[in-house]
Amino acid sequence: MSRVAKMSSCCYNETKRQQHHARRSKVKEASPLNWELGPDVYLQKCESDAENAFKVRLSIRTALGDKAYAWDTNEEYLFKAMMAFSMRKVPNRETTEISHVLLCNVTRRVSFWFVVTDPTKNYTLPADEIQSAIRMNRNRINNAFSLNDQTLEFLKIPSTFAPPTDPSVPIWIIVFGVVFCIVIVAITLLVLSGIRQRRRKNKGPSEVDDTEDKSENTITIENGIPCDPLDTKGWHINDTFMTEDERLTPL
Amino acid sequence: MEKARPLWANPLQFVFACISYAVGLGNVWRFPYLCQMYGGGSFLVPYLIMLIVEGMPLLYLELAVGQRMRQGSIGAWRTISPYLSGVGVASVVVSFFLSMYYNVINAWAFWYLFHSFQDPLPWSVCPLNANRTGFDAECEQASSTKYFWYRKTLNISPSIQDSGSLQWEPALCLLLAWLVVYLCILRGTESTGKLEQLANPKAWINAATQIFFSLGLGFGSLIAFASYNEPSNNCQKHAIIVSLINSSTSIFASVVTFSIYGFKATFNYESCLNKVILLLTNSFDLEDGFLTASNLEQVKGYLASTYPGQYSKVFPLIKNCSLEAELDTAVQGTGLAFIVYTEAIKNMEVSQLWSVLYFFMLLMLGIGSMLGNTAAILTPLTDSKAISRHLPKEAISGLVCLINCAVGLVFTLEAGNYWFDIFNDYAATLSLLLIVLVETVAVCYVYGLRRFESDLQAMTGRTLSWYWKIMWAGVSPLLIISLLLFYLSDYILTGTLQYQAWDASQGQLVTKDYPAYALAVIGLLVASSTMCIPLVALGTFVLRRLRRGDPAPVA
Repeated sequence: MSRVAKMSSCCYNETKRQQHHARRSKVKEASPLNWELGPDVYLQKCESDAENAFKVRLSIRTALGDKAYAWDTNEEYLFKAMMAFSMRKVPNRETTEISHVLLCNVTRRVSFWFVVTDPTKNYTLPADEIQSAIRMNRNRINNAFSLNDQTLEFLKIPSTFAPPTDPSVPIWIIVFGVVFCIVIVAITLLVLSGIRQRRRKNKGPSEVDDTEDKSENTITIENGIPCDPLDTKGWHINDTFMTEDERLTPL
Repeated sequence: MEKARPLWANPLQFVFACISYAVGLGNVWRFPYLCQMYGGGSFLVPYLIMLIVEGMPLLYLELAVGQRMRQGSIGAWRTISPYLSGVGVASVVVSFFLSMYYNVINAWAFWYLFHSFQDPLPWSVCPLNANRTGFDAECEQASSTKYFWYRKTLNISPSIQDSGSLQWEPALCLLLAWLVVYLCILRGTESTGKLEQLANPKAWINAATQIFFSLGLGFGSLIAFASYNEPSNNCQKHAIIVSLINSSTSIFASVVTFSIYGFKATFNYESCLNKVILLLTNSFDLEDGFLTASNLEQVKGYLASTYPGQYSKVFPLIKNCSLEAELDTAVQGTGLAFIVYTEAIKNMEVSQLWSVLYFFMLLMLGIGSMLGNTAAILTPLTDSKAISRHLPKEAISGLVCLINCAVGLVFTLEAGNYWFDIFNDYAATLSLLLIVLVETVAVCYVYGLRRFESDLQAMTGRTLSWYWKIMWAGVSPLLIISLLLFYLSDYILTGTLQYQAWDASQGQLVTKDYPAYALAVIGLLVASSTMCIPLVALGTFVLRRLRRGDPAPVA
């Protein structure tokens, strides 16, 4: 039988054992005042999917790796303390005690359900109150267990993400502005220096060169080799083009 | 007295200009994709063969023509034959289309570069939804990098029909990109030389195409660059050097890209596994940390048999994680550069540094190629006396940049990326093949191979090797004709053209048909450049006829 099968059966047994222990310890500690409630009624308030019950899921090994602590009854006590602490911050609930918080169905995962009862232990506190209390103190609860919103999950309470820290001016516009200004300055400098160069050139050489340039068309420069007779001068007709056969030289 | 043509300061500057033009984004995002699609290392065989048989000869041809004629593409082809100046015009038109849409890529690279100075990187986390209880729905469906690309950068509309409004952020980046290009070309091409696309027949066709486009043949840029050379420059050696460096850059880029693919695939596979593990752990309340990748299958089997009811509820949610499936996703183009690479970068240490370096590299590649494109447009314009008489060089450059920028704003609309894909796929492909074919035939048969050979020998002092002659006259034209026939038949057979549209609700791409007006634009793109060749030839013929008819020829 695989390890998993062994573990799940053991898990089931352990849960049962825990509940049995809890019942027995409660019975032992029960004062005559609490006797009338009876252990089964007491625990019925906390069940999977009970009214006003929340499921909690912890991923300790994912969060802490080697430094993961084992989940035992002491950790459960701390959890109850944190829940009681959160409830005490709610107006009208300042008298919440650790014993009012009930845990049940602890699995190997680690996950469990909990409810918070009122001082008379007759009924459970409404889910909205518990939800708002946890939401307000989420950071403190997370820190108590060295976990975060993703590794300590309250399944019916979605965590709100921290608002994104947007600077007033997006960073990319700043970088863009810097590069843009540099490019504009460089262009202006080059254009101005080009204009200045042209003015200096215009004052210098005579007009003869200009007219020669204008009448000249695209002529190929050869190093000491006479110009090719096929050079065209703009759209003027060149006689060599009349005899088109000559151009088709055989390979 | 000749008009003094500006020259490169030294041959090295010319070589660097050609390399910077040829080595572009296609080396980074097209070649690795082709390698992956056509068998990895074995794609190198058709690629290298095509390089030797097609790439180098055609590159040498263009450089030699430019160096011999010492003019931009229009003037050079007019010198060979007035009927063929249409080839030059077609080159300029294609370059114009290319520069319109290519600079948009630089704009996107600028956008990502400016956003790299943040912690955390904006594409590594999903934004929160309205009531801050979770992440944005679209981002959940897709991934944070896809969301940043499709929603934040492009703000893409669901189809090409919904044009949407102009997005001011990419428009600003486009403006900046054009300003940078203008800054570099302001003083003319001589200042731009500083330090800047295979037993399966499809593999061979793609290798031929990739070599062709990767070297940037047919745009007129190489003719423009070479026209500023000294006539005695050894362009044969430079042609070989440029093509070899271009190919080795492609191969190097593939090595890097494949390691990025592997990293991303491994990371995604492990996240997928972790999600399944968490799902099972929570559903069955197993001990935290008990389920690992190694015992996952065994445990799944056990749970299925022991708790069949609960397992069948959970089963639809369990994804089948497969490393092979992750590795099989081959991506090319903007998807590779802006989605896959950013996804890999966000998972690295010091991701801001890698991001800045990566987008800076993309910018260098893109701007280097842009300078070559604008040179192809500007050189014929500045060569033509009609225009350069009235306007100084700076004004012509400024006007060209302004017109291109204004038209390029179309690509910053919400549907802009779909129009970008149209231009990317159709503006340059068929037309370039035709242009280079006509170029080769013109030099070999119209101008005369013997004559060109003697010109080159007189110019450079070296005899033309028989290898080049055979390639120019026979092999390369045949290759191009077969490529042309293949693509034409492919277009005709596939029928209606389709495109990939982003579906925000599903968070993935869906295939849609192009509407009629988009097909018309595609037809116009191809026709406007290819028709230049016969139209100008016809026009020259008609003009000459008219002049022959006139008793007094017009001076």
